Amino acid sequence: MLRLMEKATPSSTVILLLLFALMPFLAPILGEAFYVDVFARIMIWSIAAVGLNLILGYGGMVSFGHAAYIGIGGYTIAIFSFHEINNGFIQWPVALAISGAVALLFGALSLRTKGVYFIMITLAFAQMIYFLGVSADKYGSNDGLNVWHRSHFKLGNVNFKIDDNITFYYVIFFLLLLVIYFTRRLVNSRFGMVLKGSRSNEVRLNTVGIRTYSYRLTAFVISGVICGLAGVLQANFEKFVSPDMMDWPRSGELMFMVIMGGLGTVFGPVMGATAYLVLSEILSSFTIHWHLIFGPLLIILVLYGRGGLSGLFGKSND
Amino acid sequence: MDINIFVEQLLNGFQLGMLLFLFAAGLTLVFGIMDLVNLAHGSIYMVGAFTAATLTLWLDSFILGIIFALPLTLLFGMVLEFIALRTIYARDHMDQVLATFGLILFLNELVRIIWGPAGLAIPLPILLDGSINLPLGIVYPTYRLFIILIGVLVAIGLYWLVAKTRLGMLIRAGASNRVMASALGVNIRLLFTAVFGLGAMLAGLAGMLIAPINQAQIGMGEEILILAFVVIVIGGI
Repeated sequence: MLRLMEKATPSSTVILLLLFALMPFLAPILGEAFYVDVFARIMIWSIAAVGLNLILGYGGMVSFGHAAYIGIGGYTIAIFSFHEINNGFIQWPVALAISGAVALLFGALSLRTKGVYFIMITLAFAQMIYFLGVSADKYGSNDGLNVWHRSHFKLGNVNFKIDDNITFYYVIFFLLLLVIYFTRRLVNSRFGMVLKGSRSNEVRLNTVGIRTYSYRLTAFVISGVICGLAGVLQANFEKFVSPDMMDWPRSGELMFMVIMGGLGTVFGPVMGATAYLVLSEILSSFTIHWHLIFGPLLIILVLYGRGGLSGLFGKSND
Repeated sequence: MDINIFVEQLLNGFQLGMLLFLFAAGLTLVFGIMDLVNLAHGSIYMVGAFTAATLTLWLDSFILGIIFALPLTLLFGMVLEFIALRTIYARDHMDQVLATFGLILFLNELVRIIWGPAGLAIPLPILLDGSINLPLGIVYPTYRLFIILIGVLVAIGLYWLVAKTRLGMLIRAGASNRVMASALGVNIRLLFTAVFGLGAMLAGLAGMLIAPINQAQIGMGEEILILAFVVIVIGGI
């Protein structure tokens, strides 16, 4: 399963991107308008998965707390909106900066540990943010917080709104492409080489005089910022944030998406997020107890799925 | 600060600490010996609580409920190990985290189907429902003292088991070098199943003890799991 996407030829990538691009037109034809919403969510999660994949897939850092950055991004938007500051030119940079700053702090501490300790410490940090959300009485605590107005980009002559769902859909699509492009450039750069190298043999890199710690930390921060962006989009899309969006099962789901798609491939996480969300959408339409099927399915995927879902795609395209 | 409040909080801390100890003991046993990160440990805690609660309501006795629920959670843990977890010992920690995450989804849903979405509350046993007068004029709930007592007893028992018995010797041997131990004729698989069952029983016991205070509910395992991780990271494995 780790190599799920390695065989996937560009054609399956292109098909999926085309599907994303055309969904607002396809959905009315299929008579299922809500598909647009489903795919907007898929793209938002895809952005987060691409972000996590940067450190999980390329850097070998198993962060079990990336939902925190989604939450921070989302809550920043919601809190701004709560105080009636809706200008996206203020909201978005601040949201991304806070996500990055928190990732810098948590990353700087977590990256001193390895293996299972890294998993646990990222989890613990993320839970701190979660409990911060739960205890924030002013901002809705457990009940969450409504985002009354979506971000409104206003600066001089620029006046851009994302209130219309289709417009927003394409904003998300554009940002997804941007994030994928950026990640692709990044992992193929010298920086990416060091990152990949630190996954396979960190001692060796240190010996040749590269301080891997700062590279890994930088990757951790970038990954946090990308997840923050996903949170910004999610808050705007759902018009609602709650502590639930940064609870630890979300981090687990995000990890599953990355793994399902294939570690260390640029486009894999998008495939993974799509597969994960479509699967849960389908299963939950059968029965409310869909976790009963979904859970074992995930276990089987982990145990025997090396090549799994998208591996099938890969083969058919060979 | 008032000394009474101080002592009371201290005892509360001990009581929570004992619950966490019971829970984390199983978690570290399994991690230390099988090198398995088991997120589903919290689910076992939950299953233990629900089992004990149901038995308590049937038998009309909390003590009997616990006595019957303990072997059941032991069995449950062993079956779980045998069916699902045995295959992932050799995997890396990430795979283990993901597989046991899937297990949590499954077990939570199973409990929801069997016991319904609402929690299950049970009354405190009459014997333990009340408070005890401690020196310095401090009044403290008997049941919480009972939890502390159980925790201490289990700690002593565990020490005895690991340090003084043959099974404990095998466990330590398996922990330090599993290949060598199996080469010397120890049935490692069986040993692992037994250790997992033991850990499950301890987690189940923690769940049973908390049930009269907090009631048995879905998701209770995940709350304590995170705390237990913190305990393990601070305390060492």
